[in-house]
Parts: sequence; structure tokens; C-alpha cells
Amino acid sequence: MSAQSASESPKPIELKDPVMAAFLAWLIPGLGHLYQGRIAKGILFLVGILGIFMYGVYLGGDREVGWGRVVYMSFRPEDQRLHFLCQVGVGLPAMPAVIQAVRVRSERAPLWGCLMAPPRLPSDRSSDRPTLDDLHKRLHHYFELGTLYTMIAGLLNILAIYDAWAGPVLEESVKEEKEEKDSSPAEVESSSGGSDVKASESGAEGDCASKPG
Amino acid sequence: MWPSVIFAQLGWSYFWYAAPLVAVISLVYAATRHEDLRSIFRHAFGCATWIVGLMVVVGVVMAVISAWL
Repeated sequence: MSAQSASESPKPIELKDPVMAAFLAWLIPGLGHLYQGRIAKGILFLVGILGIFMYGVYLGGDREVGWGRVVYMSFRPEDQRLHFLCQVGVGLPAMPAVIQAVRVRSERAPLWGCLMAPPRLPSDRSSDRPTLDDLHKRLHHYFELGTLYTMIAGLLNILAIYDAWAGPVLEESVKEEKEEKDSSPAEVESSSGGSDVKASESGAEGDCASKPG
Repeated sequence: MWPSVIFAQLGWSYFWYAAPLVAVISLVYAATRHEDLRSIFRHAFGCATWIVGLMVVVGVVMAVISAWL
């Protein structure tokens, strides 16, 4: 298996513009990979990451209080929502939270049925929007579950962004094989890949298959 | 008997919420290490098995500890 894989040259992955790909990957999970032509992985990230984010938005809200109440931006002294730092990793789908935070801060009513709107502070008597305590009482454990799902989606998208920027992390065996090739001058001359092209392990799939675990 | 009482109090249905997370975390993690779909799914399966196994071990340890408390 290893001999066969060693004889095959690793298939290059064209990362195109890695910075643009990383930005697109942040904007919409999987979009950076679609831009690079890595369709299968793009769809996998899009469905997986966006799926659990949307499920978290669904769990963390309802028709009465508004959907996605677990995703909100608030750095007020009484309510420091640090979870948003993880949730914002998912990009554009979390952006309504920014718009709602800006509106609430300028004392305007939230849009879209309070989607991702920050809760009212207990000291604020100017509106009848629910406070954080009200949301917890209404949503029970779904508030925590929704928070967890959306945070994990944001964090997973950081992995996807890195993958769009730098390509997949190579398996050790493929790394060693690549280092061996690089150490040979003839091989270095013959390799025409630029800095934005990374070898995939698809040509050395047998190595992965033979590895235990 | 006691572990089943503990899990009954917690509610078995709660564990279903872990399934999508385990699946997506495994798939995304595996996808950052491979380019080929077959390798991704193989790695993701191993990763998911490892996560579930760890959860079971931690759950059993916690159940044993809680039985003594």
C-alpha cells in the first residue's frame, strides 16, 4: 500500500487566493471551499456548521420572544455576552445580532421580530422586551443548548477557515514522504506548485487506510 | 440500579442533543485533515467513536462517584 502510494504524486489543491478564501469561509461556512472548487468539503461545511448553527437558533427562541435569542451581542457592564465571540465565527448568519445591538444601543426597536436581539436590562424600564432572566424562564434548558450549539458552530468554522486558508493538515506519513521528496534537488526542480498550492493526501490514501485508528 | 436512577433523573432524551454535535464535530475535524471524502468519513467515524467512548467512560466514572456521595 505504502509503495503504491509513494509512486503516485500527491494531487495538488489549488487554494486560489487563500486570504479571499478564508474571508469567504468566515462569511458563510463552506463558501471559501466552494470558491476554491473544493465542492464536497464546501457542502459538508455548509450543511454541517450552518445546520447546527440554525438548530441552535431554533432551540434558543420561539415565536413569542423571537428566534435566536441565544445569539446576541452585548458588552454592557450588566450583561457581558462573551459567548458571542465564539458565535461570530460563523460569519454572516450571526450578523443580525450586530445590527440589533446597534439599534438597541441607539434606543430604537429591534427588527425582524426580535431575531438575535439583546435582552432588556433589568434596570431599563423603557420597553417590555424580555430580560435575560425572562428568556431563561421561558426557554428553560433550551437556552443553554442553543447557546452551546451556536458557539460550537462558530468555533468549528474557525477550523474550516484555517482549512480554506492553508489546506488540510497533512497526515504524518504524507508529511514525511513530502519532506523526502523536497530533500531531493531533482524533485524540487520538477515540482512546479506555487505557495498557494498544497499537496493533498488523496494520492496517498492507502497510507491513511493502513494506519490504525 | 443506581446509574439508571441517575440517568432517569437526568432524562435520557437529553443525550439525543449530543448526537448532532458529535457527528458534525467529527466530520469537520476529519475534513480539516483530509481532502478525500472516503478518508474524511473513515476518520470521522473513528473520531465519533472515540468521543462517544470518552463520554461513556466519563459518565460511568461520574455515576460511580455520585453513588458514593
